[in-house]
Amino acid sequence: MYVAVKGGERAIRNAHRWLAEERRGDPDLPELDPAQLREQLALGCDRVMNEGSLYDPDLAALALKQARGDTVEAAFLLRAFRTTLPRLLSSVPVETAGMRVTRRVSATFKDIPGGQILGPTFDYTHRLLDETLGGTDAEIAPAAVAEQPVDPVVPRVLDILDADGMIQPEPAAAEGEPTDLTREPLLFPVGRDAWLQNLARGDEGFVFALGYSTQRGFGSTHPFVGELRVGTVDLVVEPEELGFPIVIGEVELTECEMVNQFLGSKTEPPQFTRGYGLVFGHQERKAMGMALVDRALRNAADGQEQRGPAMDQEFVLYHSDNVQASGFVEHLKLPHYVDFQGELETIRRMREAAAREEGGE
Amino acid sequence: MSGAYNFAYLDEQTKRMLRRALLKAVAIPGYQVPFASRDMPLPYGWGTGGIQVTAAVLGQDDVLKVIDQGADDTTNAVSIRAFFRKTAGVATTERTAEATVIQTRHRIPERPLHAGQILVFQVPIPEPLRFLEPRERETRRMHGLADYGAMHVKLYEDVARMGRITTSFAYPVKVAGRYVMDPSPIPKFDNPKLHDCPALQLFGAGREKRVYAIPPHTTVESLDFEDHPFEVQRWDRPCGLCGSTDSYLDEVVTDDQGGRLFCCSDTDFCRERRDRMDEGR
Amino acid sequence: MGRIAAGLADPVHDAQMQFRDLLWAMSRPGSVVVLRGGLPAPPEPLVPAAYALLLGLVDGESPVWLDGDHPDASRSIRFHTGASMVAEPGQAAFAVVTRASGLLPLERFAQGSHDYPDRSCTVILQVDHLAAGAGLKLRGPGIAGTARLEIGGAPEGLVPGLQANRRRFPLGVDLVLAAGRSIACLPRSTDVEA
Repeated sequence: MYVAVKGGERAIRNAHRWLAEERRGDPDLPELDPAQLREQLALGCDRVMNEGSLYDPDLAALALKQARGDTVEAAFLLRAFRTTLPRLLSSVPVETAGMRVTRRVSATFKDIPGGQILGPTFDYTHRLLDETLGGTDAEIAPAAVAEQPVDPVVPRVLDILDADGMIQPEPAAAEGEPTDLTREPLLFPVGRDAWLQNLARGDEGFVFALGYSTQRGFGSTHPFVGELRVGTVDLVVEPEELGFPIVIGEVELTECEMVNQFLGSKTEPPQFTRGYGLVFGHQERKAMGMALVDRALRNAADGQEQRGPAMDQEFVLYHSDNVQASGFVEHLKLPHYVDFQGELETIRRMREAAAREEGGE
Repeated sequence: MSGAYNFAYLDEQTKRMLRRALLKAVAIPGYQVPFASRDMPLPYGWGTGGIQVTAAVLGQDDVLKVIDQGADDTTNAVSIRAFFRKTAGVATTERTAEATVIQTRHRIPERPLHAGQILVFQVPIPEPLRFLEPRERETRRMHGLADYGAMHVKLYEDVARMGRITTSFAYPVKVAGRYVMDPSPIPKFDNPKLHDCPALQLFGAGREKRVYAIPPHTTVESLDFEDHPFEVQRWDRPCGLCGSTDSYLDEVVTDDQGGRLFCCSDTDFCRERRDRMDEGR
Repeated sequence: MGRIAAGLADPVHDAQMQFRDLLWAMSRPGSVVVLRGGLPAPPEPLVPAAYALLLGLVDGESPVWLDGDHPDASRSIRFHTGASMVAEPGQAAFAVVTRASGLLPLERFAQGSHDYPDRSCTVILQVDHLAAGAGLKLRGPGIAGTARLEIGGAPEGLVPGLQANRRRFPLGVDLVLAAGRSIACLPRSTDVEA
């Protein structure tokens, strides 16, 4: 007699053991220490922190190791851990003007107060494979130390434009706690705080591609990089019972402010507008993509004609999260035979009916 | 039970949020209540909504059954059952009659449910109007006005083009005469079981962040037309294992010569019938 | 300031059992349920069932309104749950009417909107006693045929108020009646006849 496939539990256990074996790879090679990933694959860890929505380079490195280098899977691991953490308090807004910058460039001015600082960038490297990295312990020539240290406070380029009234002023921050999408469902239309959080957690590829699409006519942005800066900022909290602010640590951030032309309206003179991106770690593509999409969403919220998917709130915000997307796409691997059977039955009956009709003619 | 996590995994604040949403869901039958779905340690689309609903209702004395495609031994059902055994330490069962909470994907058990049971459905797309109108703001408005004309037009186009309604699963229903609701991707064969059911039926969509409910003994009608009444799937043969003629059958390919076996998708129902046949012998 | 009454002895499991009892009552309007688990001695003027349900269900995300100046109750709820106490009934997610004679017109509480009817108040109404099988005639979702519920010490005008509430469906409020350790529910979906 036919016996249906059984033993799910044992099969799952064994599959997981096999996965662990594959993760380790050739046992004759030394095992990776997460600290090595944190230091030497730092940009990968940064991506995991952004999409995992948790700033913890050590855990991001561990997740990246556990996920065998799959950044989306690693972000998922971090999210599932993050969701169990208590929410103790919110920090005060970080002050990026006080950032200890390691990199800071502006495309809108040749020189700027504080100077253009290239920092550790891939820009201008020739993408030639470097065979000297193929071994271990390659010699590296240390970078020269500048004769003049970077100013402790490097003013933001857009604040300079702002002082001239050339850029649309930012609306004052709303009162009270900002929206937190991990504690509230997304309800439309959403405010800018919610969409910025959504984009910061969003898939880098998706956000970047949407930003790209706005440059190609599917949107109405004509952007310049007002400023892109990378560095560390203090994280400050002000517990109610203390009554004064204290620094609890520092985080590395990448901030991008895009400048866009605005020809003016009945009520406003021609000026520039901005798009904003802020992400954990050193993630320039993500910050720039975010800034482009932010502008596109603001244009839509301001009532401009919708000219592409990047201007469509529901399209952007419902599809940016790769943990949700990968779960739902991959769930197609689960058994669906009950529904498939229903479709089979429907199609068979329709074919029978069609055959009967043909026979009758 | 692992010590690092709360009973049934979720923290109490999350459970309270879910419980408040579930109370509103019960009070407004068939209406989709938004809730702050959490990231879960299982992937979205694999039952995160059902798991959160189950975690919010589950207690130490509950007996949990988990099915996928009607079967207790499908891999995802095994995985979710193991999750609650580990995080809540509750008793689990494969027997429908013994369960107090049943989490399901794609089926309603064949054995009639009773008042002491809660059936928790895993839902991928809770919005029955989503494939007619992709925008949430618009579908919300349509529900608010009970503007379901588009749904009837879609079903009627089927009738006009194909001579019948071609939807065979996730077949839309109207709950208590007001809200049109997606019953989750159960085959339409199961739709009549939604109506006047003595058990409470709860629906959880994690990725889409919605819960909804059908209270016990509630009128649930599958949408249809006078000249094209709703009908369920039927098979020309009985279950090849237990001989049942009124259960939903899976088609199992047994060889590459076109061999087929039709057997109950509800594995517990089929086992129970076979046990009784053995006793009778 | 007010005196702080004790909270739930077992916050995880008491809250779970009492929620299940409430879920049973809400999904079967008119059925009377005695709350299981430990019920702490309530602060004045709450009854044990009303106090226990608040402890298990409210927190910083669900504002509470009380019908008057009840410092013990207000302080105890704030202390154990972190819920904010609001003075405007329309802002409350949960409202407690401690004296049956004090029931406001139900439309003063949040009714929800057509897009979001769930953004509406759950009103806990304290009464003298509850008994199934006699009294008001109830019909609707959760009820096989007809159910009957006797409410001892119901405020005047309750029945017309509930009928008007029913007519506003899917907007409206949901009532939890509490007497001692017992509860019964009248969600907005229930037809009520005297």
